[in-house]
Amino acid sequence: MSDEEDDIVLSELSNEELVQQMHDDLYDGLKDEILEGVNILLERGWAPYKVLTEALVEGMRIVGIDFRDGILFVPEVLLAANAMKAGMGILKPLLAETGAPKQGKMVIGTVKGDIHDIGKNLVSMMMEGAGFEVVDLGINNPAENYLEALEKEDADILGMSALLTTTMPYMKVVIDELKAKGVRDNYVVLVGGAPLNEEFGKAIGADAYCRDAAVAVETAKEYMSQRMHNQ
Amino acid sequence: MTDRLTRLLETRDWLLLDGATGTNLFAMGLEAGNAPELWNFDFPDRIRALHQGFIDSGSDVILTNSFGGTSYRLKLHDAQGRVHEINKRAAEIAREVADAADREIIVAGSIGPTGELLVPVGPLTHADAVAAFEEQGRALIEGGADVLWAETISSQEEMAAIAEAAANIGATLCATLSFDSAGRTMMGVTSSAYAAMQDTFAAKPLAFGANCGTGASDLLRTVLGLTEAAPDAIVIAKANAGIPKYVDGAIEYDGTPETMAEYATLARDSGARLIGGCCGTRNPHLKAMRAALENHTPGERPSLETIRNALGDFSSQDDGTGDAPTPTRERRSRRRRG
Repeated sequence: MSDEEDDIVLSELSNEELVQQMHDDLYDGLKDEILEGVNILLERGWAPYKVLTEALVEGMRIVGIDFRDGILFVPEVLLAANAMKAGMGILKPLLAETGAPKQGKMVIGTVKGDIHDIGKNLVSMMMEGAGFEVVDLGINNPAENYLEALEKEDADILGMSALLTTTMPYMKVVIDELKAKGVRDNYVVLVGGAPLNEEFGKAIGADAYCRDAAVAVETAKEYMSQRMHNQ
Repeated sequence: MTDRLTRLLETRDWLLLDGATGTNLFAMGLEAGNAPELWNFDFPDRIRALHQGFIDSGSDVILTNSFGGTSYRLKLHDAQGRVHEINKRAAEIAREVADAADREIIVAGSIGPTGELLVPVGPLTHADAVAAFEEQGRALIEGGADVLWAETISSQEEMAAIAEAAANIGATLCATLSFDSAGRTMMGVTSSAYAAMQDTFAAKPLAFGANCGTGASDLLRTVLGLTEAAPDAIVIAKANAGIPKYVDGAIEYDGTPETMAEYATLARDSGARLIGGCCGTRNPHLKAMRAALENHTPGERPSLETIRNALGDFSSQDDGTGDAPTPTRERRSRRRRG
């Protein structure tokens, strides 16, 4: 096949084909193509929320599955997330204007003493890719940072990350603080990080331990849909 | 002149490395969030005690207390301007303890990751990374380290930068990756790919291998992958002492001295010559490993089944090497780039 035949002109594709192509382009981390695709769909009259969910979120969901299954690794996911972010850059102001439905809001950060943030950043990007609003507190957060942000942002989900076995126990300090203030049940608490496991998540009173960024997104979605039903 | 480690390896089949720096320092009162490297000045006696404990337990190689000693790590403690003095001091303390021992002890200058993502997936350029590692490496050698020892690295780009720094300094390098994601590193590097990579580095490591990661079983599977791909290489195995468990508000590793002893002999049979422990490994573990290695009659390469039965199951079905088909996703015709 020559390059000529191989090349795809996005604007000539039908909506359905274009969306599929965008899933592939996200998978391959092709930022310029994602920007172009988003603009074409908007020009064709798609609502920003439809572009977000059907093209970007669905594309990132596929990336998430292959990350979870050990087919893609951090570099590929970062490239995909960067492409997604570029597309989000166009959609974000439009979404705000059109009052699109929200998935939920997460406050996330690494705990006090822990300065390792690659995993946390990945979760943050994948959550945004799934349509969540993310408030990233960065690294080395004492309990009061989380509590303040949760209240101020009216968040639904608290995400805590630790890479070190020495900083893991601090997650319990934060959860205990939430309990002491009587607000523990207002939030879904998700924890993650290389040395953690399910047993640990249970022991400290988190709602769930998430093995990786993809699992974090799935878990957050499950909890949010449960919440909707309960309200 | 060849370095001391090379010379010692000419007379010995295997060497015992040391145990966990972090785990042991926390037991001495280091608090989460504080930089262990600052203890080279604040509590040098405790660092001496750490090294002495390893030597007394049988370690032939000790790592300096400088894992987080690049400017990128130290800046999180506002100590980025102290790279030289901190690393030099780390090496001096280890040298002093090593030289006082009644047998030859190798001082390896520990270098850990910057914690930054390198180009192409992140912002840190190769040149900046090389400069950071060079600054750290020079200070370690100046303080008396025999070799440089990179640990817990996950990306090819970062290891290439460390190797270039070692080449610029003219120092011997030992280099291990952490294979913690389904048998690969976080960045997707497999054991066989890492073995193949060695010739591409500016300074070819004297020894390479795996440290930390998931558990002893996974680490041995990685060692088997490395020794299969590079049968003549000097391979390093430095596994965690089991899996971290949450007990009474603190984290404890569940690996016993007995299981670490078993791991050590299996590592030897898998072809590793430099064998030690990472997180959770304390002096009783090292003593048991030393005794086991001294009494060990070399055996056949263990099968995965043998490893699983001895040390527990693997964290993933395969590790991306060998005949196992690499799963891929069917997609539409791939777009032409550019």
